[in-house]
Amino acid sequence: MDMLVCIKQVPDTEEIKKMDPATNTLIRKGVPSIVSPYDKNALEAAVQLKEAQGGSVTVLSMGPEQAKDALKECISVGADRAVLITDSAFAGSDTLATSSILAAAIKKLGNFDLILCGKQAIDGDTGHVGPEIAEHLGLAQVTYAAKIEIKGDIIVVNKEHDDGYEVIEAKLPVVCTVVKSINEPRYATIKSKMMANKAKIEVLSAADLPDIDTAKTGLNGSPTRVLKTFAPPKRGSGLRIKEETAGESALKLVQKLVEAKLV
Amino acid sequence: MDLKDYKNVWVFIETARGEVRNVGLELLNQGRVLAGANNEKLVAVIIGKDLDAAAKTVTAYGADEVILVEGEEYKDYNTDGYTNAMVKLSEKYKPAAILFGGTIQGRDLAPRISCRLKTGCTADCTDLAVNAETGDIEWTRPAFGGSIMATIVCSQTRPQVGTVRPGVFKKAQPDDSKTASIIREEIRTPAEEIRTKLVDFIKSAEEAGVKLEEAEIVVSGGRGLGKPENFAIIKELADVLGGAVGASRAAVDAGWISPLRQVGQTGKTVGPKIYFACGISGAVQHLAGMSSSKIIVAINKDPEAPIFDVADFGVVGDLFEVIPVLIEEFKKIKAS
Ligand SMILES: Cc1cc2nc3c(=O)[nH]c(=O)nc-3n(C[C@H](O)[C@H](O)[C@H](O)COP(=O)(O)OP(=O)(O)OC[C@H]3O[C@@H](n4cnc5c(N)ncnc54)[C@H](O)[C@@H]3O)c2cc1C
Ligand SMILES: Cc1cc2nc3c(=O)[nH]c(=O)nc-3n(C[C@H](O)[C@H](O)[C@H](O)COP(=O)(O)OP(=O)(O)OC[C@H]3O[C@@H](n4cnc5c(N)ncnc54)[C@H](O)[C@@H]3O)c2cc1C
Repeated sequence: MDMLVCIKQVPDTEEIKKMDPATNTLIRKGVPSIVSPYDKNALEAAVQLKEAQGGSVTVLSMGPEQAKDALKECISVGADRAVLITDSAFAGSDTLATSSILAAAIKKLGNFDLILCGKQAIDGDTGHVGPEIAEHLGLAQVTYAAKIEIKGDIIVVNKEHDDGYEVIEAKLPVVCTVVKSINEPRYATIKSKMMANKAKIEVLSAADLPDIDTAKTGLNGSPTRVLKTFAPPKRGSGLRIKEETAGESALKLVQKLVEAKLV
Repeated sequence: MDLKDYKNVWVFIETARGEVRNVGLELLNQGRVLAGANNEKLVAVIIGKDLDAAAKTVTAYGADEVILVEGEEYKDYNTDGYTNAMVKLSEKYKPAAILFGGTIQGRDLAPRISCRLKTGCTADCTDLAVNAETGDIEWTRPAFGGSIMATIVCSQTRPQVGTVRPGVFKKAQPDDSKTASIIREEIRTPAEEIRTKLVDFIKSAEEAGVKLEEAEIVVSGGRGLGKPENFAIIKELADVLGGAVGASRAAVDAGWISPLRQVGQTGKTVGPKIYFACGISGAVQHLAGMSSSKIIVAINKDPEAPIFDVADFGVVGDLFEVIPVLIEEFKKIKAS
């Protein structure tokens, strides 16, 4: 089983607390960069499959030079090979452009039986890139995987659904996006971290991807464009209820809900 | 691509076992506003099997035109078949925009279709408007876990595609006297082109009852519950009110309740009439999934908890003392 996992380096959105009122953008200064959490689950799923039945795990990321740190972290928890796509022509790409670049790189890197992504990245939050890579590569997709089993050349996935799990089968190769509950990602050891630090990260630029037309990438080549960003509308707080006892507070709440004809 | 060739607003109608899901009806109501702004038609598109009842429903909810693609291969949702049908329809009729529900199905399907059509897709929108000058749709969506809102346009390619959160827009009042033209399109997808097969459905035992995303009342519990057994009072309150049970990620991570019940950035998005947050602090990632609720009730013993900043009714108190009284009172109201 040769597997490829797409990894995005993202700001730790839990640490983003403020917006710059002048520019209406998020203040990212001092906010640490991390591997997007679901991508860690995707990597862990791949490493577990490798341990069970052999094969290899390649990690691929598109981003700035510093995304090498994210890729090294992936090596420290079981990836065999790491590739970074970095080029100013790709900066600001929307999901259509991003996925076309990732797909072109995947084609160049080899024939993979399974391509894994996170269900969504925690900054852009779209969840588009997995299905779009599948489309560019002409492969089947299974999204929201909470469990993956491989039986010969068939993948069996428990796909998260509204009120349960769909069991979906498909013939490999397949693109699969994973949810958090699929596994508990392992931690690196001091030794594996040291090894990963020395690992070589392969780098691809636009020149290495001749299939990609740079007129269709980056901020200007993307079909969607962010017109403006702004702070989320604040919901004002309403009535505070704190009576003598909790029971009285509860009665007051019921009274208010009844008055407002809500129940 | 000549943008002027592209007209009308399409709403993809998601069905579950032949039943139209709410989000499609909500989008018809907002789609009407978008279509009206450009003097265009509002079209409902339904893919599946035996769709006559669904066609009637969307007509009553205001579609001018209904396009149906029926076939055995569309009985269960599958990415390949539905993509093939939608792409063929889009190439034939050239809609200006296609709206999908931001559901598990919609978020699987919309990017696949937009990618094949080489156009843009905006994810998980919470507001839609039309730019008066250009006629482009302005898609507004939260990003970075709800810390920022972005307004996005897709001005150079058509159709404009996007997914929209359930519960953000309200349904219209249905009117059975309305009529629509019904178009039946014969589009086949050969079996070998459908590469995924639904072989089973594992219904989670906890998932019986009202569907979280469609519920009018949601009662959610968080870490403040302390232990798994205590979800029983959340369940009881939800039952009395005919609502669904939700949870914060802390409660899910602790293993107290199924991940399918998680509300928030990385869980489900709900927009009920009343949302009860019990023992939930109100982290931005949680708010991202429930802030479009009409009324938010918070029960928390910490008066400083951020959930109170968004609550319409904020009860400061111990949930183990407050909720049993609520259950008793609602039972009385129900009985009377
Ligand atoms: C505020 C804001 C809103 C945006 N809204 C939209 C929008 O609605 N539509 C749109 O098309 N674009 C949008 N974009 C652009 C989009 O965020 C970028 O294209 C982004 O690089 C990829 O999208 P994502 O973060 O949503 O990834 P997702 O599609 O959510 O990521 C899913 C998975 O794909 C893989 N992946 C994603 N990006 C990379 C990468 N760079 N390298 C390796 N693997 C990757 C990972 O496995 C990840 O878990 C927006 C950008 C901003 C700043
Ligand atoms: C990338 C990312 C994605 C995330 N996605 C989600 C998501 O989708 N959904 C989500 O919910 N979270 C999400 N989170 C986690 C989120 O940041 C919070 O950690 C989480 O919501 C906290 O859950 P909580 O409010 O139940 O727990 P806590 O923050 O621990 O709050 C518990 C509350 O209960 C109160 N309490 C305790 N005992 C009582 C009592 N007896 N009576 C009344 N009140 C009591 C306390 O005062 C406290 O306010 C995400 C985080 C990240 C980083």
